[in-house]
Amino acid sequence: MLNRLLFLLPLLIFAVIAGYFTVPILTKKDPHLLPSVMIDKPAPPHDLGPLLEDKPGVGPEALRGEVKLVNFFASWCGPCRVEHPILMRLAAETDLPLVGINYKDQRDAALVWLRELGDPFGRIGVDGDGRAAIDWGVYGVPETYVVDASGHIRYRHVGPLTAQALKETILPMVEQLKAAKG
Amino acid sequence: MIRSIILALVLVVLSMPAFAVEPGEMLKDPALEARARELSKEVRCLVCQNQSIDDSNAGLAKDLRVILRERLVAGDSDSEIKTFLVERYGDFVLLKPPVKAETLFLWYGPFAIGVLGAIGVAVFLLRRRDGGGDEAVPMPLSDDERKRIDALMSEQDRKA
Amino acid sequence: MIAEIGHYALVLAFFVAIAQVVVPLYGAARRDTALMGFAAPAASAQFLCIAIAFGALMHAYITSDFSVANVAQNSHSLKPLLYKISGVWGNHEGSMVFWVLILALFGFAVAAFGRQLPDSLKARVISIQGLIGLAFLAFILLTSNPFERLDPAPLDGRDLNPLLQDPGLAFHPPMLYIGYVGFSLAFSFAMAALIEGRVDPAWARWVRPWTLAAWTFLTAGITLGSWWAYYELGWGGWWFWDPVENASFMPWLAGTALLHSAIVVEKRDALKAWTILLAIITFSLSLMGTFLVRSGILTSVHAFAVDPERGLFILGILIVAVGGSLTLFAVRAPALKAGGLFAPVSREGGLVLNNLILSVATVTVFIGTLYPLFLDAMTGDKVSVGAPFFNATFVPVMIPLLVLLAIGPLLPWKRGNLRAAVEKLWVSALFTVVVAGGILVLEKGAPLAPVLGFGFAAWVAGGVVTELTERIRLFRIPLGDSLRRLFNLPGAAYGMSLAHLGMAVFICGATGEMNWTRELVATARAGDTLTLGQYELVLEKVERSQGPNYFRDMATLNVSKDGVPYATLHPERRLYPVQQMPTTEAAIRSGISGDLYVAIGEGSDLGGYIVRVWVKPLVPWIWAGAMMMVLGGLFSLSDRRLRIGAPKRSRRRPAAPAVTEAGD
Repeated sequence: MLNRLLFLLPLLIFAVIAGYFTVPILTKKDPHLLPSVMIDKPAPPHDLGPLLEDKPGVGPEALRGEVKLVNFFASWCGPCRVEHPILMRLAAETDLPLVGINYKDQRDAALVWLRELGDPFGRIGVDGDGRAAIDWGVYGVPETYVVDASGHIRYRHVGPLTAQALKETILPMVEQLKAAKG
Repeated sequence: MIRSIILALVLVVLSMPAFAVEPGEMLKDPALEARARELSKEVRCLVCQNQSIDDSNAGLAKDLRVILRERLVAGDSDSEIKTFLVERYGDFVLLKPPVKAETLFLWYGPFAIGVLGAIGVAVFLLRRRDGGGDEAVPMPLSDDERKRIDALMSEQDRKA
Repeated sequence: MIAEIGHYALVLAFFVAIAQVVVPLYGAARRDTALMGFAAPAASAQFLCIAIAFGALMHAYITSDFSVANVAQNSHSLKPLLYKISGVWGNHEGSMVFWVLILALFGFAVAAFGRQLPDSLKARVISIQGLIGLAFLAFILLTSNPFERLDPAPLDGRDLNPLLQDPGLAFHPPMLYIGYVGFSLAFSFAMAALIEGRVDPAWARWVRPWTLAAWTFLTAGITLGSWWAYYELGWGGWWFWDPVENASFMPWLAGTALLHSAIVVEKRDALKAWTILLAIITFSLSLMGTFLVRSGILTSVHAFAVDPERGLFILGILIVAVGGSLTLFAVRAPALKAGGLFAPVSREGGLVLNNLILSVATVTVFIGTLYPLFLDAMTGDKVSVGAPFFNATFVPVMIPLLVLLAIGPLLPWKRGNLRAAVEKLWVSALFTVVVAGGILVLEKGAPLAPVLGFGFAAWVAGGVVTELTERIRLFRIPLGDSLRRLFNLPGAAYGMSLAHLGMAVFICGATGEMNWTRELVATARAGDTLTLGQYELVLEKVERSQGPNYFRDMATLNVSKDGVPYATLHPERRLYPVQQMPTTEAAIRSGISGDLYVAIGEGSDLGGYIVRVWVKPLVPWIWAGAMMMVLGGLFSLSDRRLRIGAPKRSRRRPAAPAVTEAGD
């Protein structure tokens, strides 16, 4: 009997392994998507100088007070160009504050970029050497964070924003955080 | 050599990221630089899948290499630097996962399976033990097969 | 038109495969010779169909027929002919056709050379082989048709990834696949044996040469891949413990265990169920490798384009094939008769330990490779398991194997005397101590790794030489007789010694490279001198020129060693405009003591170039060791006792001085 069980063992082990193979395939999990460990932690208190003369930079106090989106972008980044219209529409249609962080960019190129495509941001800080981004746990631009009124990071979106992600995940979360505050 | 490093310090700032570790990043203290190299072999390049930052030419890898060296110069220990990285990027950033509850099976699983296997093999070997006689189980072969095998084995089994 | 012929040939192969599976299996169950006899011609027809399909695809590549989508996506009219050909298997669809081609080739080989196999076994083996083929043909036809047309056809193709445009990588996949897929035959033999309910020495003799052939090709394939990574990626590394590398390494480890356990079945009629299980596991790991590489569930630097539908399909094949075979194993294997008895200390005992260690090594690689996946599914946590983990776990696991490697072959079958065996090894023990001590003194006692590495290499090499001198009874009988014995040793004995010695040589290479590599990274301008160890390198110039489908910056470095002119090296940096991808072409000067490895980076606007120089001691020993293993496999294959299928056989050799058993 024990002998029989022993011969069954390889099959049982394989069943477990096959289960582990099946789940990510069926759920279409993307192994490249990584959760941020910064969720629910205070946003890093950097003092990033302004990109534009007439718009403030991003200091530690700028991230507190109300719920907001923080968007890391650069003029050399293709996907940023893709998501830009969505940010523009967001700025036009809602009163959600948008904070831009210009990542490892040339100032002139960034200025041209904003002039061409429009500027959706209320404040833009310059992260010239990418150090602030590393403290945020940024992998690459674009990335967008939801930061709540107490200055804690609540959500991270990797890659270009999509209308769907905005509607289904980000905006509901923003509403929820606003409600929690009020 | 020293001249080229100084030259490099001037040049690399302006050049595009090209290669893994670049001359301009390297520390002057060879012992510290060696530590930096060893440490960066254990840090994953986050954007390029399965490469260490030491092997990668990605921008983020370069930034992390530079930060790592700065902290080494500032006197941080290896584990302090790892903690710094894990706080921002999670355990994912380490190519050698830390030993903790979730990774117990990773680190000790092979060892445990080895021990179990060794016990199994020991039991098996003791049960298989030869009493000194010849084979206990006759081979169930037909005459025809027996002939063929005999022909095949005859050349080399003479001694056995 | 030709592409359509290829497509039809694939469809035809699919239907032939159905017949190949059903008719012989039914015939074997009914003991109907005529129906069983259908197996061989079906396997031949199967091979022919797939060969036609493969030929058609190759024709499309060679003639740059960009109306075929696969060609348009992976080739370019300017690409050199060699890479047009290798482009056939450089992409997912083409490589799958190649996969089934090899599968059918092995089925055909059984049909053609397996004349001595009992009819029922042969019919069942070919049937199972057909079943695997059937699954993958369905996969190709339903999800990965390589003959899909484009209308309108593009003017030119998108080119092959330039990293793959390299002679080393042109031959790496075919070798690897022949090895990988070749294990299918061991699997088919195992299934057939389970269905028949009988495993005996004759069975092992039939399985062994095929397994050995697959193992030999796999070894060559992995080595070529490693060599390619070494010179092409420009990082100077040769093994990265990447999931895709591990995917080919696991079948190698399990296949190595299988080779050794099959010897026990052959010689002593023991370890039968285990050997069957190993045959199943080895091919299952090959299948799993195919799944991992193509499903995208693990991240790797060199995975194929990811497609969840394809992943699901291969997963289905994997579950049916492995689940089915293990179920059959659970049902039928307990009934296998236990075979010959042996003492714990015996050749059999040594081979059992060999299998234990190789299995644990396989498990270590398996857990390490798949742990990120498991943990993610369990807790959602993300971890990375990379080279530092494997170096810390795999290497210690293998050390007992090296100790055993010298002792095992000295033990006689059935019952041995450990003390007698160890006493025979006193010379190699002395050799080991001298080598390890020498390294210790040389290194001033600092790191222990090279001392251990070279010590174990010396132990293994000493063991091989001891075994050989024992075999020919050197110094115990007249020298002439010993030499005659040496020349009359069977191929398998040479094979074993060569492969084991290759292991020792490989360890030396790996130890030297890992512990003694020296590196210099600097920015240099024309005329600058770089110094590393004994080498002085002068960067003469960097010139820009154009290749067939790329631009290049080629540097000229004059190297002197200890002040004496040594070499002129030309490392390149290439840009392939079609894929907008730069590659490095390192310049390597190899010698028996190691490599001098130079790569250049991009030039900066101010005229300097980043130059990386490595002195990598003993690297050629890595390749030499692996090639010795391959040669060992070939020598063993040449052993006439393994060529059972050969139509003309055994003119009996006159009673030469008795020769001991074949090697392991």
